Amino acid sequence: MSVSETTTARDISSKGAAGVRMRGVTKAFGQNVVLRDLDLEVAPGEKVVVIGPSGSGKTTILRTTMTLERIDAGTIEVGGRHLYHESVNGKLRPAREKHIREVRSDIGMVFQHFNLFPHMTALENIMLAPMKVHGKSRQEAQALGVELLDKVGLAHAVNQTPGQLSGGQKQRVAIARSLACEPKVMLFDEVTSALDPELVGEVLNVLRDIAEEGRTTMMLVTHEMGFAREMADRVLMFDGGQIIESGPPAEVLGSPQHERTKAFLGAVKSH
Amino acid sequence: MESWLLSGSQYRLLLEASGTTLQILAYAFLLGIVLSLVVGIARLSERAWVRGLALVFVEFARGISSIILLFIVAIAIPILFGAEQAPLILLSAIALGINMGGYGAEIIRGGIQAVPKGQTEASISLNLGPAQRLRHVVLPQALTIILPPMGNLTIEILKGTALVSLVGMTDIMQMARNIRQQQLADAVGTQPVLFLNVLVLYFILAQVINLLFKVAEAWLAKRYEGGPALTGTELEAIR
Repeated sequence: MSVSETTTARDISSKGAAGVRMRGVTKAFGQNVVLRDLDLEVAPGEKVVVIGPSGSGKTTILRTTMTLERIDAGTIEVGGRHLYHESVNGKLRPAREKHIREVRSDIGMVFQHFNLFPHMTALENIMLAPMKVHGKSRQEAQALGVELLDKVGLAHAVNQTPGQLSGGQKQRVAIARSLACEPKVMLFDEVTSALDPELVGEVLNVLRDIAEEGRTTMMLVTHEMGFAREMADRVLMFDGGQIIESGPPAEVLGSPQHERTKAFLGAVKSH
Repeated sequence: MESWLLSGSQYRLLLEASGTTLQILAYAFLLGIVLSLVVGIARLSERAWVRGLALVFVEFARGISSIILLFIVAIAIPILFGAEQAPLILLSAIALGINMGGYGAEIIRGGIQAVPKGQTEASISLNLGPAQRLRHVVLPQALTIILPPMGNLTIEILKGTALVSLVGMTDIMQMARNIRQQQLADAVGTQPVLFLNVLVLYFILAQVINLLFKVAEAWLAKRYEGGPALTGTELEAIR
């Protein structure tokens, strides 16, 4: 992967995974520095779980990658292409929106609070981006939408609006909606945190399915430690704006080295 | 008092004048809605100079009394530019439309801002462009918030149309004055009855506008209950 790719260079397979590389990323909200010179590399197809105390800014890692928050310093690359920069005559310059939008097409995100469009049915929620962004016909988008709803076990919910669905169902529609864009990198921001306990399983099952297909790079912020242990390739402990510990789940969750990781896991387990 | 009613011919005159009033209202409404949308969205632009310009318009349109604006647009400007032949009905509507745009822009801005931020974030994550986010996600939801105050504003503008009688248009108000002159000359009829009837006429027109907006609101609310559903056979065909 070269450091400065042009905007035209694309991965060869359109559905393949893409890696994420953050270099010296800094993000502050006023006086509060949330990401502090953060370096992070996620390999194509890798499943990475980010854990850490609440308010530590784990979510900001995902939000800056989704371009929902702009970074103050550093670089982010997705699939070998700079997200916030363009190389002009070999030099990196802040990217124009057009470039950002092009790179962003590789990224998808699922939110804690679902953020489904309440004025559309489940199917229409899924059809919107394929039609408006990817130029699919209504028929193609419908077929894709029905297929994805089947896949997340919601074949019966095609015509239902978000208001008629349970939290778990909403989140599964939201996942299907994101999948419809065939992202190479999927970001999951505490996607089970807003759910009643008995609805968490159905959403985790869908995440397992996506992980098992293996094509998509997944970055998850979650408090579901059991789930992290089972499906993550790597667990990152995030605190104080930086990753303080990183490794296979058995290591980081089983025998943490860092004091703050131990303290955090102790606090989580004591529930 | 023998009757609360006017004569048939007087009603016919008032009805005719209602046509003028409604025409001015329609033009003013169209311009007002377009200005509201453009300026309301511009108020939220990422570019500071666009936001600034929009704010200047809003303060200008709201800060000038509608009657002065009407005199400027319908009388002063045509004289200044030697365009005294310009149709008064359009000029009047422009003045009222600018007035409506100032208030309407703030309604649109408020409506857009009331849509949860997560909606915009979700549409960014789906890579919709700024215009698509507005068109397909934010505005449809903002509409439920926008419609009721926009209905109020439209009724305000209806009542504001009475001002055009002062620049020489024969709207309901001017016609009422004409009838009054006739009554004085003929020494028949009374002013209380005349103006009571005019009051009821405006009231009815306002209720019609009210009803139209209520219908629009109901139509909008229906979309949140299911949207255009696929039938079983359509679904089978897709599967």
